[in-house]
Amino acid sequence: MMTIDFRRDPINILLLAALLIAGFFLPSWLRFLLQMAVAGGLVALGVMIQMRAGLVSFGQGLYYCIGAYAVGMLAVKMNVTELGILIPAAIIVTAVVGGILGLLLSRYRDIFFAMLSLALSMILYGLLVKAAWLGSTDGFNIPAVSYLGHVPAQAVREDWSYVLTVVLVLISCFAVARYLASGAGALCDAVAQNELRLEYLGTSARKVVFIVYLVAATISGLGGALAAVAMGHIGPEMTNWTTSGGFVFVALLAGRGSVIAPVLGFFLLELVRTYALDYAPNAWQMILGAVMLAVILLLPEGLWSLVRRRSAK
Amino acid sequence: MLKLIAILLDGLSYSAWLFLVAVGLTLIYGVMRILNIAHGAFYAIGAYACATALGLYYGAGWSGAGAFLVMGLTAIATGIVVGLAIERGVLRRLYGRDEVLMVLVTYALFLILEDATKMIWGVESYFVYQPYAYFGFIDVGGLPYQVYDLLVVAVAIATGLALWLWLTRARMGRMMIAVVADREISAAMGINVPRIFAITFAIGTVLAALAGVVTAPKIAVAPGIGVEVIILAFAVVVIGGLGSIPGAALGAVIAGFARAVSVHLAPEFELFAIYAVMAIVLAIRPYGLFAAQGERKI
Repeated sequence: MMTIDFRRDPINILLLAALLIAGFFLPSWLRFLLQMAVAGGLVALGVMIQMRAGLVSFGQGLYYCIGAYAVGMLAVKMNVTELGILIPAAIIVTAVVGGILGLLLSRYRDIFFAMLSLALSMILYGLLVKAAWLGSTDGFNIPAVSYLGHVPAQAVREDWSYVLTVVLVLISCFAVARYLASGAGALCDAVAQNELRLEYLGTSARKVVFIVYLVAATISGLGGALAAVAMGHIGPEMTNWTTSGGFVFVALLAGRGSVIAPVLGFFLLELVRTYALDYAPNAWQMILGAVMLAVILLLPEGLWSLVRRRSAK
Repeated sequence: MLKLIAILLDGLSYSAWLFLVAVGLTLIYGVMRILNIAHGAFYAIGAYACATALGLYYGAGWSGAGAFLVMGLTAIATGIVVGLAIERGVLRRLYGRDEVLMVLVTYALFLILEDATKMIWGVESYFVYQPYAYFGFIDVGGLPYQVYDLLVVAVAIATGLALWLWLTRARMGRMMIAVVADREISAAMGINVPRIFAITFAIGTVLAALAGVVTAPKIAVAPGIGVEVIILAFAVVVIGGLGSIPGAALGAVIAGFARAVSVHLAPEFELFAIYAVMAIVLAIRPYGLFAAQGERKI
């Protein structure tokens, strides 16, 4: 088992902040890609922190989708377009759902956890695809939103949403880094290694798992809400298992070394995908699968371990 | 009354299909402790291979019952070739690793195989309806019903019985049971465990391919058919208890009838019904109906 030094995380997050600020001046298509990627990166981060407890969530898209649909349904069905309401509402909805499902899922480990989380996300997918009033497989568009009462002009709308995403993602990274450094976060590793001994020490493993599940659900919901605002369109594809598989892929590839690794990893994935879909649309999954196998066989600690090995020298 | 008959028949044929889809998954998990996500890809490959084989068969001007022989041979051949290739090529290097890691490995394999089938067979749909239409309809209490669907029930029962007889009577089958009970002791008693693993994986793959072959005449064989299957099969297997073959049968019957009831009475909850049953079973018996709760990890 590797030892993880999260004291470096504040520095890493500052680096990420600098990168994202520089990202503001990128060409607009690339900046949009970056924005979507960091929003999705929050979900990959959710998968990663659960991985530290030895739990692989194959259905993290569930919360990505719930966050997005919370925003979308409030905006379209109830005409609430104020972000000051939408974002907190999305967080509360995902936290409540995560809390309820967490009670069930915290009983399970290993493949049961993996496959149950997958099944739950596919239930939502099945319901959304059948729901004609929510646009079935096409989903629906979200109207322009206001920022604390201010509706930005069309020309600068994308700037506003980029800044919003970056600020909230950075705050979430800080919060997750704090959580991982706390007692409940540190115990995740112990759950993965030896649950029984953990309980001899007087802690409930279920409680530790419940908390990590809840934290992961909440940041994934925030990621979904941000993606919904950025894209202006949502659909059931967000909770399809291919989406969830992508998050697992990134978390696995990036490794468990730093909170910013999944966020950056997701950007790299999106970038490669953009080009790969142009050149070899039918080989994209094959590339993903092959890289995944290679990482499992050759780099069990993820790509971030290369960075750390470097700095250790 | 008609509706009741329809629910019964649909429930029966859907249960049979679910059993065929799930039994290979549970067999492989039971013996090898690998939850094989690539099972869905094997199913799809079986369906595609069936479409190609039947296309050649009818293309050569033949017709009639020989098609069913072709279907059976296709299932066995593709299952053995693909299964052994995957087992020898990839899984063999990873035995003894963590169960969750093996899920990720088979997930990666699934992705690779999905694209491989797209490369081989393209993205258009294949239709081989002839075997489905061959037997025509039979009248059951005033309701015309496809004979093929009823034959699938017979195939499922025969498969289940054959597997059960093999596991309890045949030498190789009993060695498998020994490996399930204790891998290390079996090895110490002189059982060639890697060989048992290879055979199990091949049989599991043949079963997945068989499910695909049986289904191919009923559907449009197109990309994406494997995804749905793996999740349904998992639900069935979890209801019964992972690794238990009677469990898979019972799970298939429960899930099949749950779906049949919901299709006829509340169609919008069709997919939901199976998962709802799964959630209820798991809330009462967290490890399924037939599986004992595992020891806690130390």
